[in-house]
Amino acid sequence: MEKNQMSLEFSALSQNESFARVAVGSFFVQLNPTLEELADVKTAVSEAVTNCIVHAYGEQGGVIRIECAMDGDTMEIRIVDYGVGIADVEKAMRPFYTSQPGEERSGMGFTVMQSFMDGLTVKSQLGRGTTVSMVKKVASAAAPAADEAADERENAAG
Amino acid sequence: MQIKTQRKGPVLIAKVTGELDHHSAKQFVKEMDKQLSDETVRELQLDFKGLTFMDSSGIGALLGRYKKLAGKKGKLTVKNMNRTVGRIFEMSGLSTVIKRVG
Repeated sequence: MEKNQMSLEFSALSQNESFARVAVGSFFVQLNPTLEELADVKTAVSEAVTNCIVHAYGEQGGVIRIECAMDGDTMEIRIVDYGVGIADVEKAMRPFYTSQPGEERSGMGFTVMQSFMDGLTVKSQLGRGTTVSMVKKVASAAAPAADEAADERENAAG
Repeated sequence: MQIKTQRKGPVLIAKVTGELDHHSAKQFVKEMDKQLSDETVRELQLDFKGLTFMDSSGIGALLGRYKKLAGKKGKLTVKNMNRTVGRIFEMSGLSTVIKRVG
């Protein structure tokens, strides 16, 4: 069966950060997340999208693409930009590292993504762009399957 | 994101509602620094009741305000964080320099 998926492209402007959180959150809600799981996903999306706006495009604008796909109890989110790229991904992902020390950036974006999501990979090519892939598994998605099993038992009995 | 401020002597009380992300952090910093530039402000009490979202950009903005206050030996406290805002606050280690009161 095909995965349930969506993709979204929007301008890399800070006023769209809230929109990105809400869009991914409302798609993710189909997996019946807890409030905490939902907040985790929205926060991680906010971090990744902010990185595109601030770093990929240096606040000069560009396009951000978000792709989400659900597979059972898991959602995979890809946040794609076509900006400057990251020269040293390992260094960029170090806690509190920021390439903009004068600008009041906490350097915690990747740390937040890693803590709040169940998996994070970053692929980048200088001058071509970056793709951040994250995964979130919901604890409660077992519930629908239990209902189906109960329905089957009823049908078999009746 | 909205800020409502009140002065009580040397204390500046700021009630922040809405969402504190990279976009609204710019406005937060501008409004807070305008008030903090007043020499008579010695303490900033942030009330986050009604703040529904904060990410690491918000953390960066808080850290910047702390540095401004620390520069003039001022004090910064925060209260009424909801669970999700509190989680990111604790994760950042900011609780070592910004006291959480209630």
